[in-house]
Amino acid sequence: MTTRSTHEIHERLLAKFGDAVGPLSEPKIDPFAVVKRERIVEICEFLKTEPGLEFDFLEDLTAIDWPKRNVIEVVYHLLSYTHRHTLVLKVELDRASPSIPTVEGVWKTANWFEREVYDLFGVTFTGHPDLRRIMLPDDWIGHPLLKDYQEAGGWHGISNERENPLVELKRLDDAKRAEAAAAAPQPDPTAKA
Amino acid sequence: MTARTMDPGVGGDVTLLHTSQLDNLINLARASSLYYLTFGLACCGIELMQTGGPRADVMRFGAIPRASPRQADFMIVAGTLTYKMAERARLLYHQMPDPKYVISMGSCSNCGGLFQLGYSVCKGVDKVIPVDVYVPGCPPRPEALTEGLLRLQEIVRSEPWSTKRRPQPERPEIA
Repeated sequence: MTTRSTHEIHERLLAKFGDAVGPLSEPKIDPFAVVKRERIVEICEFLKTEPGLEFDFLEDLTAIDWPKRNVIEVVYHLLSYTHRHTLVLKVELDRASPSIPTVEGVWKTANWFEREVYDLFGVTFTGHPDLRRIMLPDDWIGHPLLKDYQEAGGWHGISNERENPLVELKRLDDAKRAEAAAAAPQPDPTAKA
Repeated sequence: MTARTMDPGVGGDVTLLHTSQLDNLINLARASSLYYLTFGLACCGIELMQTGGPRADVMRFGAIPRASPRQADFMIVAGTLTYKMAERARLLYHQMPDPKYVISMGSCSNCGGLFQLGYSVCKGVDKVIPVDVYVPGCPPRPEALTEGLLRLQEIVRSEPWSTKRRPQPERPEIA
């Protein structure tokens, strides 16, 4: 077991894939590298099988929506149980038609992760064996974690509105106050203090 | 003819008329053997299990958990109801035999609670099925749910058992 620093792993990626791998981000808890969309499967395959790296576990696969940059980032959190080191990869996709090859063939667990990202962000994973919504109902409209998502207003005739009980309570309270004020003796405006 | 006034906490000053002593007898039996359909959806489900456990022990009031809606008299909706689950809740409600009741347990099933601004959360179970007793709390303690059960017994005891209590909501197409 040799735990490698993220720098070391990044160096090896650069040596193997050249300009398909971007520079490492500034030091933070999880430094990341942005990689090219077309080569993500190749890179993941390499990271999983290369002796000394052996990322045998895809910890998390998620996405971030950046409407101002017009980008959806897909994020891969990798971990090696063998070597106890981690790596974060990001891929930037066009926001208008986000699509990326699936890594389901590399790590089986990506199957459900990718379905989740498809469900909530609308990213299409090409080559995925079963790309359906995983949490929301199949006939749900829209992808809720996109920043510009608009709620459809309920689902299947179930309203999504609920009257605020405080409004009614305030009305009763105001009525009571008005009543009390009307009942109270009016101070004489001509009286001197 | 006997008139019985409901507990003010439940239905205010509603007065129901009993036409026979037989109603009293039958209602005593019904109120003392209310089987509930467990429908634990979130953290309220844990408190629901506690309520059936040895400390709160709702079984001493005749409430026994049933895993099938066909055997249940009322259902306890415990937890955050999503739209996807709301349809299932409605289906389960319609699978229960009449007369049937619903206890809404906790803020989430009362009104959506903490998660009511979520895109997928149903704003209260009363949007899909009629609710008899609302138990507030997040989650309610077992004592609170026990109180809810006692209030439901109050309702059951004070109604003529054979009459239809309320207009039934439209039945969904059951495949």
